[in-house]
Amino acid sequence: MTGDSSSRGAFDGFDLVAAGPGVAREDAGEASAPDSVPPGNPSVGALRERFPGVVLRNEICAGDEDVVYVNPARIGEILRWLHSDPDQHYDHLADVTAVDYGGGRPLEVVYQLWSIPHRAALRVKCELPLDGLEIESVTGIWVGADWLEREVYDLFGITFAGHPDLRRILMPENYAEGHPLRKDFPLRGRFSRAEQTRRALTQDPEDYYVPGEIAERVPQVVGEAGEGEGAG
Amino acid sequence: MATGTTEYAVRRNPEMGPGGTPVPSPTDPFDAPEPEFGSETMLVNVGPQHPATHGVLRLVVELDGETVVSVVPRLGYLHSSFEKLGEYRTWNQIVTLTDRMDYLAPLIYNCAYVMAVEKLMGIEVTERCKVARVICMEMDRIFSHLLWLGTWAIDVGAFTPFLYAFQQREKVYTLHEALTGARITTSATRIGGMMADLPEGWTKGVREFADNLPATLDEIDTLLTCNAIHVGRTQGIGAISAEEAVNHGLTGANLRASGVPYDVRKDRPYYDYESYDFEVPIGCHGDCYDRYLVRMEEMRQSIRILHQALDRLPGGPMDVEDPRISLPSKTDCMSDMESMIHHFKLITDGIPAPAEDCWFSVEGSKGELGMYVVGDGGPKPVRWRIRPPSFVNLSAIAKLAEGHLMADLIVINASLDIVLGEIDR
Repeated sequence: MTGDSSSRGAFDGFDLVAAGPGVAREDAGEASAPDSVPPGNPSVGALRERFPGVVLRNEICAGDEDVVYVNPARIGEILRWLHSDPDQHYDHLADVTAVDYGGGRPLEVVYQLWSIPHRAALRVKCELPLDGLEIESVTGIWVGADWLEREVYDLFGITFAGHPDLRRILMPENYAEGHPLRKDFPLRGRFSRAEQTRRALTQDPEDYYVPGEIAERVPQVVGEAGEGEGAG
Repeated sequence: MATGTTEYAVRRNPEMGPGGTPVPSPTDPFDAPEPEFGSETMLVNVGPQHPATHGVLRLVVELDGETVVSVVPRLGYLHSSFEKLGEYRTWNQIVTLTDRMDYLAPLIYNCAYVMAVEKLMGIEVTERCKVARVICMEMDRIFSHLLWLGTWAIDVGAFTPFLYAFQQREKVYTLHEALTGARITTSATRIGGMMADLPEGWTKGVREFADNLPATLDEIDTLLTCNAIHVGRTQGIGAISAEEAVNHGLTGANLRASGVPYDVRKDRPYYDYESYDFEVPIGCHGDCYDRYLVRMEEMRQSIRILHQALDRLPGGPMDVEDPRISLPSKTDCMSDMESMIHHFKLITDGIPAPAEDCWFSVEGSKGELGMYVVGDGGPKPVRWRIRPPSFVNLSAIAKLAEGHLMADLIVINASLDIVLGEIDR
């Protein structure tokens, strides 16, 4: 097996997914960029009235789904209002996730809201540039966002400011290959198979036994020396 | 009721005094000064290889004596990154990934995924396909609840219901096998239809299953519902209020046990669920016992839906008749050039989806199962996201278990009805 950097180079042409979607998406985005789509959900209009200038644009996806693009700097304020205003009352946060379109385009953070009393759905999106992947946490509004945000942090590398316990959740805590769901992450990981095996075998089981909240133990970081170098 | 005393033939200890009075031990333990235990807590590891964790869940539990102080779940032992794999597959190839997530109700996952993609592509499936999928989904809801019921009974200390429940599950396995050739990894759906039409006599088998199941449920009902041990172990354990349950994102039976009647089949109906006559059972205490009652009733309601769906199952084609979506029949493929080309194009190129995104949620057996698909005009997704109901439900376990005993933690975990394949994905 060759070293990691050379194998990644060889895979670049093969790995078409990393380049992200082609032009089609771009065109569609520009066509709907003017924020004049008449929304199906009254919350969109109310949101525009309450927060002028914060709603960047809105669109309707898949026939009947209202999508609102908002300014990420004020997401906490917006979602808190959507949650507690009696006319909106989006009490069920169905999902928090992110989308990477690849090719250096901004990452989207997506909130799926549902109002149990009003039976209305709303999707709120924020675009984060790749050099500013930080957004306010909504765990103060919905406790259920806790793990969902940790997952986005783990798999996309987006930091949620104010999250009480922002750790990796699915990947091991000392995982050093990056964030798997990013488009620039190769399907088989960044390290060679040999390096991945070495890391798996040398990790300290105590790291997984003592949770950070109980004992302030710094997770062990597996040898920096072998960074990215295949052993075999 | 007559009362009586039972005489036990217990052998007397020769050390005992006359008439069975116990001889005091040389140092009465209660006279000794009690040692200072301080406030030191103990860490206990549960799982990942433990039958009571229902998979490879690992809980690090901090105990004060036998009382749970905090629970920290550790996930990821089954992480396969299905979402990443999906980005490298065409829309139809992803179907096989979906049933590996919730192997306890694979058909619900198959259906939910293709329903989301069909909505994204704007495909309206045939009437027969809709009803067939409703049958599949309700059958698998029962299938999943039966497994929950069996393992739940074991976790509270009863073994017999497990055998009764698995006897019935075996019948669903057989039906899966007849429908798809596989017992667990069914992969039964395709975009625009099903893998194949329902086999001859299959609906008869489903009806037989639906007819026989109530007797088994009644039997288990007799064994558990008023059983003093079961009631004592579960009532008041792991209770959560309606408001908190919504705030924690709980869905499915866990939410309804707290008294919130949120059921996707009623609130965002799909596949004409509004025209089926069924009720959504809700609890009022939000504890483990109410979750048990809600799931028991849900199975009975699913049987009602099954009967109605079987009655209205229309004839006609199963797949949409569009050569850009459905594969041509094998006979056409071999005899007709056009069909051959369609077949080749569909297999090699896949079906393109518009550059849009779509969220579709169904009522899964564990809760609200959401599928979020993002297309880019090509045959592969830019992003395929599953909103995993048990993942969100499990995140409430720390709140539910704190202050209860260690043994109750096992019951609370069982009452949440989790499946690790879906939590770790």
